[in-house]
Amino acid sequence: MTFIPHAPKERDAMLKTIGVKSLEDLFKDIPEKHRFPNLHLPKALTEMEAAAELGELALGNENIRTDLVCFLGAGAYNHYIPAAVDHILRRSEFSTAYTPYQPEISQGTLQATFEYQSLIAALTGMEVSNASHYDGATAVAEAVNMAFAQFRGKRTKVVLSPAVNPQYRAVVRTYTQDMGLSIEGDDPSAKLAPDPQTLIPLINDNTALVILQYPDFFGRIYDFTALVEAAHSQGALVCIAANPIALGLLKTPGEMGADIVAGEGQPLGIPLSYGGPYLGFFATRKKYIHKMAGRLVGETVDNRSQRAYVLTLTAREQHIKRERATSNICSNQGLMALAAAIYLALLGPQGLRQVAELCYHKAHYAAEKIAEVPGYSPGFATPFFHEFTIHCPKPVAEINAHLLEHGFLGGYDLGQDYPGLKDQMLLAVTEMNTKEEIDALVDVLAEVAHD
Amino acid sequence: MTENLAVSIVEPTIYDLSSPGRTGVTFPAPDVPKAELPQGLLRSDLPLPELGEVDVVRHYTNLSTFNYNVDNGLYPLGSCTMKYNPKINEDTARLPGFAFAHPLQPVETVQGNLVLMYQLQEWLKEISGFAAVTLQPAAGAHGELTGVLIMHAYHNSRGDIKRKKMLIPDSAHGTNPASSSMSGLEVVQIPSDGRGNLDLAALKAACDETVVGLMLTNPNTLGLFDEHLEEAIQIVHTCGGLVYGDGANLNALLGIIRPGDMGFDLMHFNLHKTFSTPHGGGGPGSGPVGVSEKLADFLPSPIIGIVEEGQDDRLPLYGFLSPAKSIGRIKSFNGHFGMFVRAYTYIAMHGAEGLREIAEYAVLNANYIKARLNGKYAIPYDRTCMHEFVVEGQWAAAPGVRALDIAKRLMDYEFHPPTNYFPLIVHEALMIEPTETENKATLDAFADALIKIAEEAKTQPELLKEAPHKTPFGRMDEVKAARDLVLCCWLPEVNE
Repeated sequence: MTFIPHAPKERDAMLKTIGVKSLEDLFKDIPEKHRFPNLHLPKALTEMEAAAELGELALGNENIRTDLVCFLGAGAYNHYIPAAVDHILRRSEFSTAYTPYQPEISQGTLQATFEYQSLIAALTGMEVSNASHYDGATAVAEAVNMAFAQFRGKRTKVVLSPAVNPQYRAVVRTYTQDMGLSIEGDDPSAKLAPDPQTLIPLINDNTALVILQYPDFFGRIYDFTALVEAAHSQGALVCIAANPIALGLLKTPGEMGADIVAGEGQPLGIPLSYGGPYLGFFATRKKYIHKMAGRLVGETVDNRSQRAYVLTLTAREQHIKRERATSNICSNQGLMALAAAIYLALLGPQGLRQVAELCYHKAHYAAEKIAEVPGYSPGFATPFFHEFTIHCPKPVAEINAHLLEHGFLGGYDLGQDYPGLKDQMLLAVTEMNTKEEIDALVDVLAEVAHD
Repeated sequence: MTENLAVSIVEPTIYDLSSPGRTGVTFPAPDVPKAELPQGLLRSDLPLPELGEVDVVRHYTNLSTFNYNVDNGLYPLGSCTMKYNPKINEDTARLPGFAFAHPLQPVETVQGNLVLMYQLQEWLKEISGFAAVTLQPAAGAHGELTGVLIMHAYHNSRGDIKRKKMLIPDSAHGTNPASSSMSGLEVVQIPSDGRGNLDLAALKAACDETVVGLMLTNPNTLGLFDEHLEEAIQIVHTCGGLVYGDGANLNALLGIIRPGDMGFDLMHFNLHKTFSTPHGGGGPGSGPVGVSEKLADFLPSPIIGIVEEGQDDRLPLYGFLSPAKSIGRIKSFNGHFGMFVRAYTYIAMHGAEGLREIAEYAVLNANYIKARLNGKYAIPYDRTCMHEFVVEGQWAAAPGVRALDIAKRLMDYEFHPPTNYFPLIVHEALMIEPTETENKATLDAFADALIKIAEEAKTQPELLKEAPHKTPFGRMDEVKAARDLVLCCWLPEVNE
């Protein structure tokens, strides 16, 4: 099946207008020896057959709605998505539009993006937000680019906390591998000190950026104010990668003095969808705006004196500045930013605070109950939000296999990234987990400890 | 009259609509004992708007009506491939097995997803003629960055560390030079010749032992297939450089020619262009990268592969593999999986013949509009085009009229304008890509509108200069936006 709407008669009339006899005649510039290859692909399916085939593939997965109870987080979280979010996202007025380069006929996307920027600024406690990045990891990598540009390449060190999500750290390294930067602090075999102040001695007048996470990869929450002040005293910028749901409850990175707040926006109404598409959010202070990557929507008026919105400060971007642009980013996560905006508008301050508190209370209940089970003990004594680590009596893989048999998606095996955290598991609890589920998890953990 | 109408059109912002005490969603009360909150780490206020569900739904529904979109008409943006997005894609991507899978689930529990990704890698290899594919990059530009890092890593691995120059034609997308400079490379621009091909003499002169490679869009942004492509690739290979294909224009080549067969070393795909995943008002895209055999070891980690061979009674186990000399991870998790489901659905419905028809009809449609406009608009490089072509939006008989005015006037005829002022090598460029999903009647109406506008430009230029007239919003004061920099509905407190 194809989506080509030409009747044969129309096709022939068009060929005649062009002045060629056949469709093949349009391809004479293509070298003959490679022209019209024989592609080995399965026979085309009708829509009905494709729906069945995809249905089969989807059934080849165990999903966390009906098959598994999810206690896994580690950067992607199972939250409730109000029905209205997807109903609006499915409107083709939003989903099938292009980047709003023609503002007269794109005010829907432009105003929604402007509002998204406002909501992200409010949530993070910052002054400006851009229109989005690909995900949390690339948003953090772009923070490095921004800081590097802010110091015109003269500061060449980045201090990267080992408690930042291992995937973010990996992406930062990939992005910056040819930039001549040194990255320090990112040592997963180091003692994961309870106190982030231990990063301070690494910060000097060659440091462009300090990267922290809040709550950190282990779910721990710290007030980074003193650390931010120490970085600022050396002239360095600070990027805090934050969980947006936690910001419904906790002191903002903006209040702590962060220069950049980036992070993964997936928890804001975006389905887990096996890893993407998600949403990288990026907020900063107005004074750094000319070095920021990504699209930006600003308010203006049209020639009928109506309030309206346009893409602005585009001279930072690749289609204008080419090799001198602040980044190469073009496509971003427009529709996912819309999802986050709808989610935040629906929940409002009451709803978001409620979700954050539910996560907090349920996670603390789970942590307490698990710690009572012989053989298990808390990994850190630090305050946490909705994720926490536990020492396990057996290898995490073994425990998880057992949990899976009982229908639980267990926690993240920290030993795979941190040699010092062997046999430690990172569990996430959200508003989606009921007390019964938590109690049942605790029972299975007790059972596996005895086996 | 007009003014009253205009006032009624403007939709208040989500903050304007807020009223204290409302919420659009409530959640169950906690079913566990409350824990003590971390005093001293709590935020003092949360300045989000307060609305009911109906307020939110109406707000976004009202906003949506201000958007032009593929479902309401032709969207002929050159190099953007704004084809129709099949509805079935949206349903398959939302199947619970796909939408509710955590990216870190054990591979045994997500074999459906991994088979789909593996198959998509295989299909993209077959369609493009490359030896290996990564699905990880999030968009075209992200694929370019991946490609540039791979090229650089390849040279470095051979001890060939002097290579710092990337050759980029003057007709290239801005992302090509931006991706190169992000990796610390120097960009050298290569001019085009009089027929819109790469200037071979200039290419030869620029090629030396410091060249990383050439980034080439083919068909190029003039919509032309380079007549000396194989020679150009040969020249770059001779100096030890690699040739990167910008896959933005792959729609014209499906089943027509495979870039890998032509000698390209690597290329990105745009699933959101060629393979019908919706553009979403600026994303998400998806930019897988295909590479030749010698670059396969450098792909981002991980890629999808068979980790345990199957036997008679057992299916193979799919999982993650790490290429030996990988440049590392370029994105968290597994790429834009939701886009993979859509692209898979689309390719499965087309098969080899269907894919070739896509290219044939995309090229037919572009050449048809071009033929209809011939004589009314100046068409530089007047050759048979591929899926798009570029005209000049200016006439000696209509001084003062610019491409921008034509673009805005098209809106009054209820069409989205073509890409304008790109490529940079054509004055007052209008770059038209109709795609294969438009029928003859639509193409005729579009060509008629452009021909009418060409007449208006000479007889009533003010109609163009002040256009659009019939859209809900008129031309914007872009200077004010950049000067005032109002980027937020509310004025945040400055926290210094």
